[in-house]
Amino acid sequence: MTDIPLSPPKSQGALAHVGHVLRENPVTMVAFALFAMFVGCAIFGPALVPYDPLQSNAANALQPPSGAHWFGTDSLGRDVFSRVIVATRLDLLISVAAVALSFVVGSALGAAAGYWGGWIDTVLNRILDTIMAFPLFVLAMGIVAALGNTIENIVYATAIINVPFYARLVRAEVNIRREAGFARAARLAGNSDLRVLALHIFPNALPPMMVQLSLNLGWAILNAAGLSFIGLGVRPPTPEWGIMVAEGANFIVSGEWWLALFPGLWLMLAVFTFNLLGDGLRDMVDPRKRT
Amino acid sequence: MTTQPTRRQFLKISGATIGAAMLPFLKAVPADAAGSDVLVAVTGQTINSLDLHRTGTNRASYQVAVNCYDRLVSFGTKSADGEGLSYDYSTIVPELAESWTVSDDGLAITFKLKSDAIFWDGSKVTAADVKWSFDRAVSVGGFPTVQMKAGGLERPEQFEAVDDETFVVHLDRPSKLSLPDLAVPVPFIVNSAVAMEHGTDDDPWAMEYLHKTPAGSGAYKVAAWEQGQQLVYERNDAWVGGPLPAFKRVVLREVPSPATRRALIERGDVQLSFDIPNKDALELDAMDGVTVYSTPIENCIHCLCPNTAFEPFRDANVRKALAYAIPYEAIFQTAAYGRGVPMWGGDATIEDTAWPRKAPYMTDMDKAKEHMAMSGFADGFEVPLSISLDLADWMEPTALLMQEAFAQIGITTEIEKIPGANWRTAALVEKRLPLHLENFGGWLNTPDYYFFWAYKEGHLFNSSNYRNDEVEALVDETLHLAMDDPEYAPKIKRMFQIAFEDLPRIPLWQPALNVALNGASDYEFWFHRQLDVRPLKQATA
Amino acid sequence: MVSTRTRIILGRMAQALPVVAGVVVISFLLTRALPGDPAAFFAGAAADEQSIAEVRQALGLDQPLIRQFLIYVGDLATGDLGTSISTGQPVATDLANRLPASLELTLVALFLSCGVALPLGILAATRPGSWIDHLCRVLVTAGVSLPTFFTGIVLIYVFYYLLGVAPSPLGRLDFIFIAPPNVTGFYLVDSALAGDWETWVGALKQLILPAVTLALFTLAPIARMTRAAMLSALSSDFIRTARAAGLSRRKVLFGYALRNALLPVITTLGMVFSFTLGANVLVEKVFAWPGIGSYAVEALVVSDYAAVQGFVLAMALLFVALNLVIDIAYALIDPRIGFS
Repeated sequence: MTDIPLSPPKSQGALAHVGHVLRENPVTMVAFALFAMFVGCAIFGPALVPYDPLQSNAANALQPPSGAHWFGTDSLGRDVFSRVIVATRLDLLISVAAVALSFVVGSALGAAAGYWGGWIDTVLNRILDTIMAFPLFVLAMGIVAALGNTIENIVYATAIINVPFYARLVRAEVNIRREAGFARAARLAGNSDLRVLALHIFPNALPPMMVQLSLNLGWAILNAAGLSFIGLGVRPPTPEWGIMVAEGANFIVSGEWWLALFPGLWLMLAVFTFNLLGDGLRDMVDPRKRT
Repeated sequence: MTTQPTRRQFLKISGATIGAAMLPFLKAVPADAAGSDVLVAVTGQTINSLDLHRTGTNRASYQVAVNCYDRLVSFGTKSADGEGLSYDYSTIVPELAESWTVSDDGLAITFKLKSDAIFWDGSKVTAADVKWSFDRAVSVGGFPTVQMKAGGLERPEQFEAVDDETFVVHLDRPSKLSLPDLAVPVPFIVNSAVAMEHGTDDDPWAMEYLHKTPAGSGAYKVAAWEQGQQLVYERNDAWVGGPLPAFKRVVLREVPSPATRRALIERGDVQLSFDIPNKDALELDAMDGVTVYSTPIENCIHCLCPNTAFEPFRDANVRKALAYAIPYEAIFQTAAYGRGVPMWGGDATIEDTAWPRKAPYMTDMDKAKEHMAMSGFADGFEVPLSISLDLADWMEPTALLMQEAFAQIGITTEIEKIPGANWRTAALVEKRLPLHLENFGGWLNTPDYYFFWAYKEGHLFNSSNYRNDEVEALVDETLHLAMDDPEYAPKIKRMFQIAFEDLPRIPLWQPALNVALNGASDYEFWFHRQLDVRPLKQATA
Repeated sequence: MVSTRTRIILGRMAQALPVVAGVVVISFLLTRALPGDPAAFFAGAAADEQSIAEVRQALGLDQPLIRQFLIYVGDLATGDLGTSISTGQPVATDLANRLPASLELTLVALFLSCGVALPLGILAATRPGSWIDHLCRVLVTAGVSLPTFFTGIVLIYVFYYLLGVAPSPLGRLDFIFIAPPNVTGFYLVDSALAGDWETWVGALKQLILPAVTLALFTLAPIARMTRAAMLSALSSDFIRTARAAGLSRRKVLFGYALRNALLPVITTLGMVFSFTLGANVLVEKVFAWPGIGSYAVEALVVSDYAAVQGFVLAMALLFVALNLVIDIAYALIDPRIGFS
């Protein structure tokens, strides 16, 4: 997803523009810093953590946060901090893979339907309506339950329920603009339909897509967490934020707040980062803000 | 389905909500406004039918049969070791029957019904009602029929209504299980006149009617049932089956979240929380005002089952290696928080017929490695370790600790969580899980009954596909044999010996049923593991 | 003119038919693809093979798939959604009992959410880059970043367990109240109609925590879409023209910009509504809320075919109806989009 801001790369002042947006918007700056940290955790986390995230120690179970265990230990005596950090890679992988898949598929379908209309539009709309007509979370549950709870299936299920969001958004944006002055001008100048669609109309759909994309990255993580809460998530003992929150939730009332709180905050921070990032990206790719 | 809310309704609701949300909170209604002769209990289970005999009726619903219907007989009460009250398998007491006699050959049991017993509608309880109800239990198929069969009750012809107050059960052979089997929840007595009135040609047993409308003579009537939310019991003041219960009304609320249930009982907003997690039991027990009863469940053992249909587990050395590798104490503390009875580290010699009993194994990695080295799988192997999603509460921590320990003897396991509907099929019906956790508990409290279900080939809870000719014979011989028969004890001991040597089920611990009370007392444990609200009383504080 | 519109609406409804048909087929196939054997599950704890076979026959699961489907469609045609084996009730009854609970919760949550999110979004768009803008972003983003079941449990812990200001999280009404006579199934409406204000307050108190939990989660999509749409409307040519023509700031903001920004906001609202209704299962679980979300999850876990299919179909019909409303709203707001 980092290559998205480069997609309309015509301007030579791209870097300068990025710098300008960052200076103007401190929140985006923070978001980028957080994002860098999460990517760092995903890449180097497993090598850096102080304990083996799978190593249990029944004698040391349910210890509150301390110097030795920053986030405390869980009911099996595993180090919560190590588990939270190591889980970063898996959670980012699930969300990015799912969202990338649905972004690509959804954009292609939506753009085609919005631009050419006719029967393509009709058929696609009916298919999307059918998917959307399903209660999405329950559809995801059904898919994972039917296919089995592996990481790939969680990614597919998440991707499928996200496709309609992109497709409909792109379709609406493209549909409004297909007869707009600039599109007609581009066609009259001898550009092919595909070129007009890809280079002239589609970029205009990107700003709202960015908002959607950033939201969906967060949703993808929350979706996986929800599946875990029901019991259809990643297999134990693999650390995953959603499972840790879901399991820890049962310990809050008995006073072991750290079990749910730290993974929950970390999860929230990750979703938070993606969302803020979306806004930042939007400012960078918005063609109007540039001029 | 309701109609679509209109835009106007939308606006109306929103305006009202926001307006009220701004108002200062009105004073909360005090929690004890419910009154002292009302008990509020919470449970995480859901009741799905008021008729135990119906296909698809779940376990939680059995309590309706207990609280709203009577049987001919019931079990007595004893004090459980320091843990409040428990039913007493060794004493049978009257419920609707006033007395009974067993013929000399043991083939006929004659019951005299209480002459003042009446149904809720005021009509007299007759032997014809008993016959109709027993006929129903053996005819409808599924679980009730199977349970009746356990006591040798299989066909309607076995039941005879001699006159209004005399009822005879004819048996094909004498069995020590017949009378106790009449005290389990299944053979409850229905008001047959009411039921037949609502029966049809397609539905002669009035399954549709009794599903939602009980018609019995029991201590409580159902005042309201909102499926998935609550069941309200109302006392039947004309009950003759036992001492009149203390509570006029009992409200049973279904609360799925264990954290919420804990908060409710801890704050005293409810008087009873049924079947609470082990961890909560441990912690609530230490609190003032809350009393926790943790009763070890009779005839129930949490086991690790290596499936003998799969190659590595055909090797007895592999099974023993597993038994020595399990970190029992760590599992017992982590998964059960010490609630229950350990089932490891027992004596090698078997002196008595107590069951469940400790197996002669303990954590000993050296022995485990020795057995692995002696087996045909010295290099180790990979196997999935299956657990049920519904029972993840204890199965998951257990499996995780086992996974670590087994890795040390070269057995690589991957933990596989199986959803509820699939679990029964995979583990018990198709018996296709190579290595899994299991928790069978027998209703009738005798070792032979446990072995009948869990060690005989093809029987439901023998999920290890175990077969041993001697065990097959021993179970058949002891199942109906009286427990004081001189042949009984030696045969049972031999059975234990083979089971511990062959190890198709590796015992871990005997689980406890935890119930928390705050403002109520006299909770009684029952083998059916459902809440019997009849003996409960207000706490005297 | 009226007749054209009616014809358009009828045409649009006809377009919804294939969707419903698709949902029926897919939900049937999806439930059958679920692992596990409901017959074995429902036959009970000690069932043997014979009793499982009896249950299978009773459930009609011994028939070939295509026959099962034809029976299902035949029953549907007569309005029979089948009987849920796990609750023991007809699915239609279950849904009728539970749908209002979910709708009431979702609608109250959405209105709470809109009440906060729309002004926030507009405010942020009129002052892009200001501290207000940043604060709005951070606030709504924090809300959507929380898993709902986590928020719910934290709220219960703080407001019920620690502070004791919220009522016990036991569903729609505390047990000391009696449910109002059923008119709409919405307790707030029904108790108001019955004039029973004590029950009304009781129902409202039960609603607040779960509704806030859901509202926190839905703030972000609404606020962000409002801001984005307002920004893009405000920076477009016709607004510049309007400003240049000397129209008042108020008129420009609400008369032109907001009107144009409503289009994506309404799309988002529709999506959020259907998403929330399907996804509030986790909140329902935490608050013991007797809605259809928790119903569906329980049904799915035990492979209760009729219940899952009935739930999906009900949600699909609701969604189709909602979409119809949105499409009509589209046409009223933006004449550029027709019903082609």
